[in-house]
Amino acid sequence: MVHEWIGQTGHFFVILSFVSALWATWNYYWASQKGELLAGKRWLTLGRLGFGLHSLAVFGVVASLFYIIYNHYFEYHYAWSHSSRSLPVYYMISCFWEGQEGSFLVWIFWQAILGLILMRYAGRWEAPVLAVFAFVQAFLASMILGTVIPGLDLKIGSSPFMLMRDVMVDTPVFALNPDYVPEDGTGLNPLLQNYWMVIHPPTLFLGFALTLVPFAYCIAGLWKKEHGAWIRPALSWTSAAALILGLGILMGAYWAYETLNFGGYWNWDPVENAVYIPWLMLVGGLHLMMVYRKNGTALKAAILFIILMFILILYSTFLTRSGILGNSSVHSFTDLGLSGQLLLYMLAFAALSVALLIREWKHLPSTGEVSAYSREFWIFIGATVLALMALQVLVPTSIPVYNTVASWFGIELNMAPPANPEIFYTKFQLWFAVCLALLSGTAQFFWWQKMDAAKVRKALVMPVVVALIVSLLALILLDVKEPAYLVLLVAAIYAVVSNFFVLLGLKQTNLKLAGGSVAHIGVAMILLGILFSSGYSKVISQNTSGLLYSREFGDEVNQENVLLWLNEPQTMQQYQLVYKGQFYEAFDAPGYIPKQLLNPTEKPDRFLARGDYYHRGRKYFGEGDTVRINPENTYYRVEYTDEKGKKFTLYPRAQVNPQMGFIASPDIFRGIRSDLYTHVSVVPDPEEPIKWSDPEEQKVKIGDRFFINDYVAVLEGLQPLQQVQGLQLGTKDIAVKARIRIFGEQGAEFTAEPIYVLRMEEKTTGNLPAVVNDLALKVGFMAIHPEEDSITLSTSNTQKDYIILKAMEKPLINILWIGTLLLVAGFGIAIVRRTTEYRQLQRKGVE
Amino acid sequence: MKFSHILGILVIAVAVIIIISTTGDASSYVNFEQAKAMAVNDSREIHVVGTLKKDPQGHVVGISPSPDKLSFSFLMVDEQGREQLVRYNEPMPPDFLRSEQVVVIGRYQGNSFVAKQILLKCPSKYQENELQPTSQQAQFQ
Repeated sequence: MVHEWIGQTGHFFVILSFVSALWATWNYYWASQKGELLAGKRWLTLGRLGFGLHSLAVFGVVASLFYIIYNHYFEYHYAWSHSSRSLPVYYMISCFWEGQEGSFLVWIFWQAILGLILMRYAGRWEAPVLAVFAFVQAFLASMILGTVIPGLDLKIGSSPFMLMRDVMVDTPVFALNPDYVPEDGTGLNPLLQNYWMVIHPPTLFLGFALTLVPFAYCIAGLWKKEHGAWIRPALSWTSAAALILGLGILMGAYWAYETLNFGGYWNWDPVENAVYIPWLMLVGGLHLMMVYRKNGTALKAAILFIILMFILILYSTFLTRSGILGNSSVHSFTDLGLSGQLLLYMLAFAALSVALLIREWKHLPSTGEVSAYSREFWIFIGATVLALMALQVLVPTSIPVYNTVASWFGIELNMAPPANPEIFYTKFQLWFAVCLALLSGTAQFFWWQKMDAAKVRKALVMPVVVALIVSLLALILLDVKEPAYLVLLVAAIYAVVSNFFVLLGLKQTNLKLAGGSVAHIGVAMILLGILFSSGYSKVISQNTSGLLYSREFGDEVNQENVLLWLNEPQTMQQYQLVYKGQFYEAFDAPGYIPKQLLNPTEKPDRFLARGDYYHRGRKYFGEGDTVRINPENTYYRVEYTDEKGKKFTLYPRAQVNPQMGFIASPDIFRGIRSDLYTHVSVVPDPEEPIKWSDPEEQKVKIGDRFFINDYVAVLEGLQPLQQVQGLQLGTKDIAVKARIRIFGEQGAEFTAEPIYVLRMEEKTTGNLPAVVNDLALKVGFMAIHPEEDSITLSTSNTQKDYIILKAMEKPLINILWIGTLLLVAGFGIAIVRRTTEYRQLQRKGVE
Repeated sequence: MKFSHILGILVIAVAVIIIISTTGDASSYVNFEQAKAMAVNDSREIHVVGTLKKDPQGHVVGISPSPDKLSFSFLMVDEQGREQLVRYNEPMPPDFLRSEQVVVIGRYQGNSFVAKQILLKCPSKYQENELQPTSQQAQFQ
């Protein structure tokens, strides 16, 4: 049955949210224009009503879409293409951000909530700030409107409430039966089925939403000609935005490290860059706002940074969602034909900002020459470095845009992104990072306003000396040779040490002010972590045999993978490796379950156990039980033994999914000094049927020793069976099992139990062969010869199971993650302090 | 001269360096003929877009993996229809044979193109525009 009502409800809410956002914009606009007058109060009430209605409508849209996904209404295209019946509830939330419409919705949702908070707490800033909010919401809501303007044949937005039959008009089944509902959805992209993917996208979108707050305050300040007054209320919001957006980026990096197999956490992919660029501007803007807050300088720069930051957020939205990136990004969204609308959105706010800036520019206070011995000077330099850092990423990331623009003028530009992004970006970003580390270490020793050279020298002596000593120790211990890395190492150590001194100094005065130095220590540690884990990442699965497949590759190109045959030990640097076979993960049992223990059933995610399964001494299921498995994921057990004889086991994963093809995910052995990162590069295609050799038949007597493909085997006996798993036995049918023991390499023993079945009523026979994966053997029980006490066995063999593996060492990566936590803590301290301060001022009636 | 002016000049200088270096380091999309001509005096790596060579029945031909499976070579046809042997010093990417478009990033070394990176465009990736039967047949011998 097609549940049309829920889609119609959802679509109604979408339209309502769009219209009410426009209405709220209008009301808040006039409320802001009329100000404190009685008319202004009336407009304000209407504005609140409008935004309240808008928020309710947004919650309605979210609820409708969730209802569709939760109830598996696969007649809806969104549910069909992003969900499936076997999807657990917590991943259903992830369906929201897999599709483009849903991710717009998450963004709108967060902004509605932020708008409601501001409505309550923004005080006299409410009207202008919420006017901007509501205007942005109207643009975003239009993206999921999915309404065709009559007469113009112009479609606005792409609705998540489209029915399958309206999306796939050409599919024949809908012509036959318009009420056809697909059995199941195509499921969530397996890469997104990871707990980080449940929290990373909403964090990122919350970060996006939070960037609107400083922008809205900034526009409000320009609009109401309160040029600098907006900064104080916006400051803790800006910190929150920088924190959440930064955290979102780092969570994405962590997810990539854990799930993707490119061997790292950052790939300079356009989609990653598109968030990194505005974040840099946001951090720069935040520092400039603090300068203004302290001594009234740098206002023009702060306003420029905040406006540029927001325009860059819109630009990144345009890049990732318009389809313009095309081939240059692996994870941009598919094109929904929204490019025109997205461009309009960006240009509208760019035009609005520029118009206001032009109007107010000459009224903005200019900063005269600042002394080089003041903190604001150094912060200003720092912000400039951040802006250049952003520019350096922006220019190459926009290459697809240049190609498109050139093609409008008939020029084929054919520019492609740099072939080796890591080297290309590092070349610049590293030196900018050095500048930032030095600045963040030094600037805090300068007092606000002027200070003389002698005092600076005195304050800096200790941190510099300690930093040099620590660097020396680090050099002795860590073997850093490249000059550029050496400089970054020293600069980052200096930043940690000097900010630590600042922290010690604060202990005597006020620890509430510690936010800045804690966050700076965090950033410096992140730099150190990146330096070691990326700069000194080492492929340890190198081909050491010295054999080169082809002369063409030259000598410098080493093969960076190893081939592991099942159960055959292989040496890799200091490790001894053995590949031990394929495993599944069950929903209701812990640990990894060998594939041989499970038989497939008609349902892809249900398996029948062929034996008992124990984990840590506890039995979880027994023979004949049904086990629920995600069959897309296969884990490859690899046992490591290091040179000291210490053993550990890794389970790198491969997913085979009809939508995505083959995807390998790493398994990481976490050490204090370094992580060992392992992933499979190639496994035998699981969809390819196994090619068995032509069977060889032989007659064997009970108790005989014989050979199966060079392995010694013994036929131990025959045993009649009452039932056979997976086979319906009639009352007269007879089933017999042969028990064969096979002796493998190094004393390993295996048992094969092929079954022979006599169907008495149909007068036929059949057999269920036994497969010994470890030996790549198949044994069939073909006939019984009672007259000579023997049976006929057929044996065939195949290629042994193998994996091709890549392993890397990532030194000191934990410093990166610890730095992240410190960064969060530092921001947290600062936000709490600013918010309490501002709330106190508000209570006193100053704001 | 005021300090802010010096700073301004510095910023502009860095910006110019950034733009020049981007133009210098940017790769380009070319065909095999251009790639070969470029390889003579240009050490940059370039992008070539094309497809795998297929026989009339649609089977991919010209794939030869190394005996240890750790590297392989294949025949690729660029958009101008020129066929070229491409070598890749990594194992064959698992979806390679299913790809409908291949982008190789690398350069000519001698007569063969050595790819440092291969990007694949697979027919089903990220798109769900086909209804497929959802029930699966159980496997039983």
